[in-house]
Amino acid sequence: MSAAFSLRRMLAMIGKEFVQMRRDRPTFAMMVGIPLLQLVLFGFAINSDPRHLPTAVLDADHGPFGRALVAALEASTYFDVERMVASEAEADHLLARGKLQFMVSIPPDFSRQVARGDHPALLVEADATDPAATSGALNTLQELAEDAIAPDLTGPLALLKAGPPPFELRIHRRYNEEAVSQYNVVPGLMGVVLTMTMVMMTALSVTRERDRGTMENLLVMPLSPLEIMVGKITPYVLVGYLQVAVILAASLWVFHVPLVGNLLLVMLSSVLYIIANLAVGFTFSTLARNQTQALQLTLFYFLPSILLSGFMFPYRGMPVWAQTIGEILPLTHFMRIVRGVMLKGNGWTDIAGEVGMLALILLVVSVIAVRRFRRTLD
Amino acid sequence: MSAPGESGAPVIAVRGLTKRFGGRTVVDRLSLAVAPGRIMGFLGPNGSGKTTTIRMLCGLLTPDEGEGTCLGLDIRRDAAAIKRQVGYMTQKFSYYEDMSVEENLTFVARVYGLSGIRGHVDAALERLGLADRRRQLAGELSGGWKQRLALAASVLHAPRLLLLDEPTAGVDPKARRDFWEQIHQLADDGITVLVSTHYMDEAERCHQIAYIAYGQLLAEGTVAEVVAGAGLVTYTASAQTPRASVVELARRLRGLPGIDLLAPFGAALHVGGGDAALLEQTLAAVRADAAFSWRRDQPSLEDVFIHLMGRSRDNFQGAGL
Repeated sequence: MSAAFSLRRMLAMIGKEFVQMRRDRPTFAMMVGIPLLQLVLFGFAINSDPRHLPTAVLDADHGPFGRALVAALEASTYFDVERMVASEAEADHLLARGKLQFMVSIPPDFSRQVARGDHPALLVEADATDPAATSGALNTLQELAEDAIAPDLTGPLALLKAGPPPFELRIHRRYNEEAVSQYNVVPGLMGVVLTMTMVMMTALSVTRERDRGTMENLLVMPLSPLEIMVGKITPYVLVGYLQVAVILAASLWVFHVPLVGNLLLVMLSSVLYIIANLAVGFTFSTLARNQTQALQLTLFYFLPSILLSGFMFPYRGMPVWAQTIGEILPLTHFMRIVRGVMLKGNGWTDIAGEVGMLALILLVVSVIAVRRFRRTLD
Repeated sequence: MSAPGESGAPVIAVRGLTKRFGGRTVVDRLSLAVAPGRIMGFLGPNGSGKTTTIRMLCGLLTPDEGEGTCLGLDIRRDAAAIKRQVGYMTQKFSYYEDMSVEENLTFVARVYGLSGIRGHVDAALERLGLADRRRQLAGELSGGWKQRLALAASVLHAPRLLLLDEPTAGVDPKARRDFWEQIHQLADDGITVLVSTHYMDEAERCHQIAYIAYGQLLAEGTVAEVVAGAGLVTYTASAQTPRASVVELARRLRGLPGIDLLAPFGAALHVGGGDAALLEQTLAAVRADAAFSWRRDQPSLEDVFIHLMGRSRDNFQGAGL
């Protein structure tokens, strides 16, 4: 009677799909929005060869070569000499807190020793937690330093130009000496995994009540929005903690990521981070009308989170607008905390600022969530 | 009107309740009063605003206009306090299908802050005959059992008012009968019940009914009062010969003056009209046909509702022009 394939039946099916696609505006917006978001993020925000990296100089020489070097660093696009520091300790502190990417130490008597042909050492310390952030700059450093000094090698010193470099460039990659990218990626992964699972779980939890029709019943019961939110979030805090434990164990014993700082700090800040993510998810679930929309919102949030937080690409390589977006994402701050504690040995005072930012984000998001959550079906 | 519990302030007393959704008026200046311990049947076609009204009464929706009290509490200001004393059974099953019967009841008991949760849950399971199924997942229950569970859960906190939104839709006759027995038991215990339904036999089990269409209250009172108040006169024409066609007769009568109602019932045709004189004048010509025997009878509640609905639709469309 009927053929296995009928063009009319198939066209009917296609027609139905188009009608439904047109009705589901948010999905359609998402299909157009996600490629646009990716284009903007990958095309404009991401730069794997970051320039204008904050640099400090400790000039104990005060001689002509030192000054020439600073001028050359400033003239290059890789280094922004933001400050002159007076002591090694001050520089250490700034590096540990992530305020500096590079620290250039010009030893006392550098100019005179160059002139004498003693090949003095020029020390450059780099924050190498993320090897990708520093490699481009470090590669140019040797040439840049030689060129800086060359114009001053006049008269009898011109002889030095011919031979090997008149000084020895010592690069010291701090925090991740062998430039092992796992050391940087694995602690960051903890934040990424938590972002994806925690936000998705809670984003679905409220919309599920709505999809199944149980929300109406929940609303006639004497439950306050805060009670519902805390009730929905709490079980996932435990799930998130389990994830933290698994990833931490794997990073220490499988990937052998060094743990320089205090494990307790990582554990405590994880709680805050997990709750912040769950609150974000809960907010999404108050915005989305059904579970599909909640998932789409999660994806829309996840994309900038991994791209702009410094997880995949160096944070300093991004333009200011992208860095600003990065600053409001919890993952950015958690990434700094975990990398700071595990690789740099950051203490409580070093991470206090980032922890404070996480707390602020949590507060703002929670207020939005509780306000958005409607007690009625209006 | 002298049913038990007639004395005392009304449990529901609302005036001019209005709700609009995006410019469409779903409930239009509805006023309603229900005395304590009564069962009020709430009737009306699909989309007439029954669910919306019930949701406004229990604080799930905020009325755009109108005022009133539920259990003596203001429906606008005291929505939270009303929720605590009202049991609401939603049209769609709204408990957790992935939780057992007992887990659902325990959750409800805990949310309402009942003391002695075990005792409450056990008593509810016993009372509703759910004790054997306490560990069964709610999602695995049949329609009738789900409805029992929903009722058990919505009365667990001993509400003073029970709002039931089409509780028996899709439930078999036996389960419906049992359900109504429970409703009467609850009313006897002093709980006031507002129940929306499409079934006429259920309407007749209520102390009082209210009929709404297009968001407007069209009739209210006991079943007898509503039937009498409609002023509908009806006849039944029964076919006398095998060849006499009821459908043919209906076609002849349709649109004639005074004919407001035509409904075939097997070999009989039910004919009715709001204007008795006009109806009889029209029928006089047709009654000469010996193929049918004519008998004047009492209009049923269904006749009355269909008549009211037709009349209000005419008004509704007339107002729109």
